Amino acid sequence: MSKLFSVENKAAFTSPLNVNNPVAVQVLGICSALAVTSQLKPAIVMGLSVTVITAFSNVIISLLRKTIPNRIRIIVQLVVVAALVTIVSQLLKAYVYDVSVQLSVYVGLIITNCILMGRLEAFAMQNGPWPSFLDGIGNGLGYAAILVIVGFVRELFGFGTLFGYNVIPQFMYDAGYQNNGMMVMPAMSLIIVGLVIWAHRAYNKEEVK
Amino acid sequence: MNPIKKLFDNIHPYVEEGGKFHAFRSLVDGFETFAFVPNTTGRVGSVNIHDAIDSKRIMSFVVIALLPALFFGMFNVGYQNALACGGDMTDYVGMFLYGFLAVLPKIIVSYVVGLGIEFVVAQWKNEEIQEGFLVSGILIPMIVPVTCPLWMLAIAVAFSVILAKEIFGGTGMNIFNPALITRAFLFFSYPSAMTGDATVWVAQDTIFGLGYKATDAYTAATPLGEAAQASFTGFTPDTIQNAITGLIPGCIGETSVIAIALGGLLLLWTGVASWKTMLSVFVGGAATGYLMQALGLTEIQWYEQLVLGGFAFGAVFMATDPVTSCRTECGKYVYGLLIGFIAVLVRVLNPGYPEGMMLAILLMNLFASLIDYCFVQSNINKRAKRVSIKK
Repeated sequence: MSKLFSVENKAAFTSPLNVNNPVAVQVLGICSALAVTSQLKPAIVMGLSVTVITAFSNVIISLLRKTIPNRIRIIVQLVVVAALVTIVSQLLKAYVYDVSVQLSVYVGLIITNCILMGRLEAFAMQNGPWPSFLDGIGNGLGYAAILVIVGFVRELFGFGTLFGYNVIPQFMYDAGYQNNGMMVMPAMSLIIVGLVIWAHRAYNKEEVK
Repeated sequence: MNPIKKLFDNIHPYVEEGGKFHAFRSLVDGFETFAFVPNTTGRVGSVNIHDAIDSKRIMSFVVIALLPALFFGMFNVGYQNALACGGDMTDYVGMFLYGFLAVLPKIIVSYVVGLGIEFVVAQWKNEEIQEGFLVSGILIPMIVPVTCPLWMLAIAVAFSVILAKEIFGGTGMNIFNPALITRAFLFFSYPSAMTGDATVWVAQDTIFGLGYKATDAYTAATPLGEAAQASFTGFTPDTIQNAITGLIPGCIGETSVIAIALGGLLLLWTGVASWKTMLSVFVGGAATGYLMQALGLTEIQWYEQLVLGGFAFGAVFMATDPVTSCRTECGKYVYGLLIGFIAVLVRVLNPGYPEGMMLAILLMNLFASLIDYCFVQSNINKRAKRVSIKK
C-alpha cells in the first residue's frame, strides 16, 4: 500500500490539479473549455468524460509502451483514444441523452484534445500503468475543475440558474436585474478562463514560472 | 500663496511613506497633479524629452471639447421627455434641468467606479495615479441611452477599466478604447437595454418633480433604428435637420452634430486630435455610403450616414484617441478610411446592428498597430534599399 501511494505517485496525481494544471498552466484543451461551459451540467459531464478517457488510455498505452514501435506510436495512441472516446460517447447517448446533444461534436473531438496526447506522450510512454492511471485521473480532474469554475460563473450570470434551477431570486429581476447575455457567448468564456489563469498565477507565484 | 497649493502642502506629510493616511497617497497625488503641473523632473542621466503640455492638460482639453455635446445632450434628454409626454415645449430651462438630473448620476457612477479602480490599482502597485480615466469617465455617460440602469453602467465600467485597461498596463497601454469597451459590454450583455427599437431612448419618468411621466410606455426608435426596418423609404428633410441640431432620440451625447463640431474644432485647434484621422473617417463613411446607395442597398443618402447615430461623435472623439489609433501619419489615413467604411458597411448590410460605429472603431483599434507596423517596415525597407544601391 505504501508503494502504491509513494511520493512520486502522489505527485503524479496532485500536480496537475494545481501547479501543473493542464488548462491554467499548460493552456491545453482551451477549445473545448470554451465550447461546452455555457452551463454547469455539460461542463461536468465533459470533465468526467475527459478524466475517464485520459485515465484509461494512459493505462492501456502504459501497458503497451514496450511493444509499440516508436515510429508509429502516435497512430497507436490515436486508435486507443478513439476507441475509448467512442465507448464514452455511446454511454453518454444511452444514459444522458440531453447532455450528449448539448455536447454534440465536442465529445468526438476529445480525440484531438491536446491534454490526452500530451499525457500519453509525456507520461504513459515512460511510466508504469498505476502511476499513469493516477496521472490521467489528475489531469482529467484538473481540466474538469477549470471547466466547472467557468461553467459555474457562466450559468449563474448568463442564465441565472445552476444545474437548470433558478438561483437568482425573482425579486432581483423585479428590481431590474437582467441576465448577462455576453456570458452565454464563447467570447466571455475565454475572458473567464483568462481570469482563472490570472488568479491561479497570482496565487502560485513561486511554482508557476 | 494660492490657497489650493497651501492645502496640498498641508496634506502632504500625512500621505508620505509612514504617514497616517499613506493609503490615500495616490488619491492626493492624483488631485494635486490635476490642479498643478507636477514639480518633479525626470531622472538625471537619462534622456527625457518633455512637451510643455502633459497628459493631464491634454485630457482636460478633451473634456472641455466634450462639454458642448454633453450640455446639449442634457437639454435633448429633457426635450425628448417633454416631446414624448406632451409637455410644455417652451420650458427650455426645465428641460435642461431635467436632463441634467437624468445624466448627472451616470457621470457620477462612471467616475466613482472607474477612478475608484484606478486609485486602488495605483496604490496597490505603488505607482502614480494614471489620468486616462478623466476622459473615459465623461465619454461613457455620453454614449449610453438615458434609461441605462446605473448598476449596469457600474458593472460595464468596472469590466472595461480592469479588462481593457489595467490588464494591459494602464493608461497609454490599452489596445481598445475603454469607453467603447464599456459600451460594447453593455451592448452585448444587456441588448434589451441598449437597442434602438424599444423604449430605451427617451426618459419616461419624472425626477424630483421635474419632467413628465409617460402615461403609456413611449416607443421611439432612433432614425437609424427606423432605417433598419423593412418598410423604410428614406428620411424626411426634417429628420436630417433635427439630426444636425441634435433633437432626435439617441445616446446622450451623440445626437447633435453642431455641438460635436464645436468640440471637434477645439480639438483640432489645440492639436490634440489629428485632422487626418478625423477627415478620413468622414471621407471613408461618405464614399461607402455613396457606393451603397449607388448599388441600391440602402435608402439612406450618403450625407445622411455622416450626421446620424454615433458617426460624428465616433469620428471626432473616439477614432482620434491618440492611444488606440495609428501613430504613423500615413497610417492615420488608412485607419480612418477603414473605420468609415466598416461603420457604414455594418449599418447597411447587417440588419441586426443598425449602428456600426462602435464595432468599426473597436475593430480598427485592433489593427492600428498592424497598420503602423506595415508603414514603418516599408519605410525601413525603402531606406535599406537606398543604402544597398549606394554600395
